[in-house]
Amino acid sequence: MKQILTIASKEFHDGLRNRWLVSITLIFALLSIGLTYFGAAASGVAGIASLSTTVASLASLAVFLIPLIALLLSYDSFVGEQESGTLLLLLTYPLSKTQLLLGKFLGQGSIIALATLLGFGSSAVLLYFQMGDSEIIITFGLFIISAILLGLSFTAISYIISLSVSEKSKAAGFALITWFLFALAFDLALLALLVGVEEGVSQQGLTQIMMLNPTDIFRLVNLAGLDSSDVNGALAVAINASLSQTQLISALVAWVALPLTLAIFIFSKKNL
Amino acid sequence: MNTPLVSLVNAGKSYQKLDALHSVSMTLNEGEVMGLFGHNGAGKTTMMKLILGVISPSRGKVEVMGMSPSSKDAWHCRKQIGYLPENVSFYEQLTGLEVLTYFAKLKGFANKKAKSQAIDLLEQVGITHAMKRPIKTYSKGMRQRLGLAQAFIGEPKLLLLDEPTVGLDPIATGDFYKTVDKLKSNGSSVILCSHVLPGVEQHIDRAMILSTGQLLAMGTLSELRQQAALPVVIQPTFDNSASLNSLNQDDVLKSYLNGENSGTLHVPEHEKIAVLKQLLALDGINDIHLDSANLEQVYQHFLFQHDVNISHEKSNKGQSK
Repeated sequence: MKQILTIASKEFHDGLRNRWLVSITLIFALLSIGLTYFGAAASGVAGIASLSTTVASLASLAVFLIPLIALLLSYDSFVGEQESGTLLLLLTYPLSKTQLLLGKFLGQGSIIALATLLGFGSSAVLLYFQMGDSEIIITFGLFIISAILLGLSFTAISYIISLSVSEKSKAAGFALITWFLFALAFDLALLALLVGVEEGVSQQGLTQIMMLNPTDIFRLVNLAGLDSSDVNGALAVAINASLSQTQLISALVAWVALPLTLAIFIFSKKNL
Repeated sequence: MNTPLVSLVNAGKSYQKLDALHSVSMTLNEGEVMGLFGHNGAGKTTMMKLILGVISPSRGKVEVMGMSPSSKDAWHCRKQIGYLPENVSFYEQLTGLEVLTYFAKLKGFANKKAKSQAIDLLEQVGITHAMKRPIKTYSKGMRQRLGLAQAFIGEPKLLLLDEPTVGLDPIATGDFYKTVDKLKSNGSSVILCSHVLPGVEQHIDRAMILSTGQLLAMGTLSELRQQAALPVVIQPTFDNSASLNSLNQDDVLKSYLNGENSGTLHVPEHEKIAVLKQLLALDGINDIHLDSANLEQVYQHFLFQHDVNISHEKSNKGQSK
């Protein structure tokens, strides 16, 4: 356990030193405060938009940003150390591969989690003081928790990439493709399936397919509770076949645990 | 005899297509310094990785401190092993002190102890002045020293050093060998992996010569010299050319001459004294320069022999077809 903490603290300090924490926090804070206050500008009114509109716009932006940031933060964690030779050195220390991986995950995961909490939390607090509605805390709480899980999920996915390739540049390429597939292509394909194929998928089937993509689960978590007027596209269909929030959050947790387990497995088989 | 610290019994490692290490048997005792020599791709690093337990042998057996180094039981032994990889660039944005403290912590030192240990080691390798600077500002020699300091963490019982003196200036190299000698006298064993370097001879007890994954020779330097049967080179200097003629006319000495009128004699090791006596009896001799085969020549000899054997095998195969 001590070894995991040593590595986690090093990774966390790297994140501080490289200004990752500050930049991500700032991006999230600006984004959420901006959307909170000016989200209604499109409809011609400046001022605080409705809670559901705010969260809906936040979620649809965060769903692109968070995976991208997580992938950027961690795509080189293993392949980078492999290239510089420190990975081999670390493995000659009294340290198991699992400990090393979990340590990195804990460190980099904390960076993502903390940045999400501070960034989005700040606007939740602001909004709460303005409106004094305790519903804000609950809605934002759920949003932040699911955002953190989404970030952790893509951190674990980027470990799989980082452990499977032998060059940093390849890892970067694969990370970009992964992001594109999960954040953009998957939904487009789903929409095509929905529109193009008659009686292709049932509502139930659609929801199940959406479980294959953590970004869609994240969307479902945050949009399901909102007025359906703010939601359109494939999601609107899926929302009607409602899964409980607990189920959705567990699905997200599974999307953290499974890639992490797979990464540990790949690492244990990896030859140096 | 006590049990060896490291023992390899017919150990070998193959990757999919590549036979990185054929079948090597060796032992390393406590307080022994072994030099491991070979060209790039000779299997030196593979052998080190086997001993470190980073990879498992494809065949044969590897034991370090009585255990298979890749097994879980051997983990606590890893605290007593220091390793300097051939190519390592430490975390560029961290300072030397931070890196060394990090590695000391991973070796099991508590936070405070790790830092004081790190400072001591930085002083030992002579880069205390730069310990608060990020590593990206370090020169190659300073990076190498940092790597060495890293390998020395926790006074390891077994040290594996891959190309330890690359990039070090002569003074730092001298300091390094002093540290090796000190560790040795404390009972640590060292495996020094290197291309043959001048100056390494005095510091190693035994040498191993590897080529293309095969063990060509192993033994103390004098044993290797004997096996190689390389001649001693004797170069007498005379007052004038007339005396040089007396060398060319001496029936016994003439046969040792390396080419007519070269004035250089190649003498087998065991005849050295006899030839020297004869030389001293010559008129007009004023100096004798004597060179025993050094490690480099022994190394070249074994590699050359190996190449000859390979080409023989090939031509034999060609004939049998």
